[in-house]
Amino acid sequence: MTLFLSTAIIILIFVVIFQIAKASEYVSILKGEEASRQQNNKINGFLMVAFLVLGFVGIYVCNKMYYGKTQMAQGAASIQGEKVDEMLFVTLIITGIVFVITQVLLFWFAYKYQEDTNRKVFFFAHSTKLELIWTVIPAIALTVLVVFGLRNWFFFTDEPPKNAMVVEVTGKQFGWIFRYPGKDAIFGKKYYKNIDPATNSVGIIWDDEYSKDDILTEQTMYVVKGTPIKLILGSRDVIHDVGLTHFRLKMDAVPGIPTTMWFTPIYTTKEMQEKTGNPNFQYEISCDQMCGNGHYSMKGVIQVVDQEEYDLWMAKQKPQYFTAFPEKDPSAVPVIDSTAKKATIVKL
Amino acid sequence: MSHEAALHEGHGHDDHGHHEHHDTFLTKYVFSQDHKMIAKQFLITGMVWAVLGGLMSVLFRLQLGYPDASFPWLESILGKWAKGGQITPEAYYALVTTHGTVLVFFVLTAGLSGTFANFLIPLQVGARDMASPFLNMLSYWFFFIASIIMLSSLFVETGPFSGGWTAYPPLSALHDASPGSKTGMDLWIIAMALFVVSSLLGGLNYITTILNMRTKGMSMTRLPLTIWALFFTAVLGVLSFPVLLSGMILLIFDRNFGTSFYLSDIYVNGVGALSNEGGSAILFQHLFWFLGHPEVYIILLPAMGMVSEIMSVNSRKPIFGYMAMLGSLFAIAILAFLVWAHHMFVTGLNPLLGSVFVLLTLLIAVPSAIKVFNWLTTLWRGNIRFTPAMLFAIGFVSLFISGGLTGIWLGNAALDIYLHDSYFVVAHFHIVMGVASMFGMFAGVYHWFPKMYGRYLNNSLGYIHFWITMAGAYLIFWPMHYQGLAGMPRRYFDFSIWESFKQFAELNRFISTIAMIVFATQILFLINFFYSIFKGRKVTVLNPWESNTLEWTTPIRPGHGNWPGEIPEVHRWPYDYGKDGHDFIPQTTPVGEDETGTH
Repeated sequence: MTLFLSTAIIILIFVVIFQIAKASEYVSILKGEEASRQQNNKINGFLMVAFLVLGFVGIYVCNKMYYGKTQMAQGAASIQGEKVDEMLFVTLIITGIVFVITQVLLFWFAYKYQEDTNRKVFFFAHSTKLELIWTVIPAIALTVLVVFGLRNWFFFTDEPPKNAMVVEVTGKQFGWIFRYPGKDAIFGKKYYKNIDPATNSVGIIWDDEYSKDDILTEQTMYVVKGTPIKLILGSRDVIHDVGLTHFRLKMDAVPGIPTTMWFTPIYTTKEMQEKTGNPNFQYEISCDQMCGNGHYSMKGVIQVVDQEEYDLWMAKQKPQYFTAFPEKDPSAVPVIDSTAKKATIVKL
Repeated sequence: MSHEAALHEGHGHDDHGHHEHHDTFLTKYVFSQDHKMIAKQFLITGMVWAVLGGLMSVLFRLQLGYPDASFPWLESILGKWAKGGQITPEAYYALVTTHGTVLVFFVLTAGLSGTFANFLIPLQVGARDMASPFLNMLSYWFFFIASIIMLSSLFVETGPFSGGWTAYPPLSALHDASPGSKTGMDLWIIAMALFVVSSLLGGLNYITTILNMRTKGMSMTRLPLTIWALFFTAVLGVLSFPVLLSGMILLIFDRNFGTSFYLSDIYVNGVGALSNEGGSAILFQHLFWFLGHPEVYIILLPAMGMVSEIMSVNSRKPIFGYMAMLGSLFAIAILAFLVWAHHMFVTGLNPLLGSVFVLLTLLIAVPSAIKVFNWLTTLWRGNIRFTPAMLFAIGFVSLFISGGLTGIWLGNAALDIYLHDSYFVVAHFHIVMGVASMFGMFAGVYHWFPKMYGRYLNNSLGYIHFWITMAGAYLIFWPMHYQGLAGMPRRYFDFSIWESFKQFAELNRFISTIAMIVFATQILFLINFFYSIFKGRKVTVLNPWESNTLEWTTPIRPGHGNWPGEIPEVHRWPYDYGKDGHDFIPQTTPVGEDETGTH
């Protein structure tokens, strides 16, 4: 019923507007083309300035309402992020100035030079000087931005410092798997055909000695505040993207082609909760590359903690090798049942 | 043919004027070889797609604005795609994908340059028709078949393709990666391949016609800027669409014939490890964006050309810096081919290569700046008539500035690494490419409607249409920059589980509401359009806008062949407005003896 009613109202509005518009056309024919054109020019000329003024008021209001909700207001949580924010600010100033000048000129000229039968149009078709000015000035401004941008770009994409902690991130529909290299600090080799969703979600080759202490976790990654963190990204199925909003970085996770990124977090999750006043604050990993119907829910979490807490957490982790082969786990209490089972297998 | 029609159709004395003798309904309105009719076919098909694409955006904005609400009527329309009155993620992604594909290719490529290249090129260069009217007709019908196939993909059991309009593999290559990657994707590829054929047939025709069929005196530097823009558009299309086609063909092979161009090391949930090894998923992105970036300019350049022309006519002043405008079009066309990888800064691209693309990308801002300042100077000390076309032209410049400047943010890799695929990108490309080009298209329709149909569109409806759309465009897309700066990723069905992004629920509702109002306003335009074709005020003068270009020297309703007699000769460039005390001097007027500075 409400649907019917609202449809009826909308149609009614259309009819009314249409009739008014048609009537105004007849009026303008009666008035004569010249007269109605002059009136239209007046109205639209006024609307041009009105739009300009209201537009700037609107930008002010929008900024007031929403700037506080952006990441920029919150501040970046990595040294990379701080550089990005600084650069955003410089870019905002430069493009902002151009924005204001050009929009004001556009709408002001439109208003000021609306048709006036007394004005003689200025036949002005060409001026090399003027054109040079607005070729050279943007070129200089852009050079500044390019230099600034590339310095940051090369810093972001360069090799991380030697002391960086390395974590491997694998995307899958729809979640994240993290692998730590364990005590030997070297990842065991992997091959995708070894993937077994239950025990070997990234396809580790167990024959590789380095693989024996590799640790796998899902959804939550622990990292240490102040330590550079290098992520080696990959994907099991389609292209995903590790989006780290608070650290101001992102990088695609591509099946078959490993990519890397690195960042140094400067606040722990706890510190950030206090800083933002939000006790639920989390460093969220958002998938930023369309990856299927669950794309919007592909969330991971990064726990930034201090060294002590990290060591405690790490001590609790069990190498994946022992999950895959529980019988080889020295810490596990041998259960009669399982050995019996194994014995039968051997016999077979 | 009635006597009256015969008068209008115009029988020329030279050998070109005789085509239309045996026109039947079928050859005149369906399989027409008249460029003007083909233009109208493109326009109306484009409008149908624009309505469908717009409607899709309203539907998914409904989900974004009201994620918790239930709309039972949705279920009655969409069935299982909106169970319980709520759009499902499958449906959401299908809508987003189809909206993108349709708007980019079917509306703003075929609908825009298909319409205006067909309509304006022969009329403005002074030709009877395109170089090859038959290929021109084929161009439309390939587009039509592509449209039908794309449309039919909406109705397959597993749904249309839902992996985003960029169709990145492996998502688009694996049948089991998503329900939309099954039959829907095959139909999508076939439709796109046919679309490419259509666009190539059209493009070759446009280039040939512009180069070879200009009337006497119409030197290249006397061409209106619309024609130059359409020329560069066609060149871009002809050089880049084949690359997309090759990418699509490889994709078909990967999907159906077991090749591994794009596939390697893949384990699909519920299927297991695939045997494909050694392919590169990134290869497709290179092929795609080698078209994809020029595509942006294929969409934008025709709008720029028409805006230049309409601004000059309605300012009663020559376009400022004709040669600079031309040079910047040329520069943009060249650079368009050298910047594609700026869409791929976060794919693991070699950083050095990335830096080259940063430099080239930001370089585009220079010719863009020249164009903007030249438009501003064209307005300066002019005598502006606010026709609806002129309003949309001014709106185009405003949007082009706003969206262009954010391009400087995104083109800088160090910022893109933060803003990539966020709502900032959505805001950027909708303003600069989507809405701006749409404004160019509206400007073109309002300006040339009298030439197309011999009647006027209703002015007042045009004004209402413009002001609501203009305000709406900014109200919808301006706040999205803030969402982008909060890191909000695009193509998310729901933000409620995200601590970092859920603070914008209210804003999303606001944007969705405005989107619906703006969509409704476009219906107003449609009513105006179709009503005016049959019942609009009749055009009674040859040259209603007092314009210099050749199309206004044809009869009010030109027949096939355009000019009843000889094709007029051209003596000057098209922008002699306000010269030596004359309001305007048409291109056909011979140069006076004491006239200064002729072009």
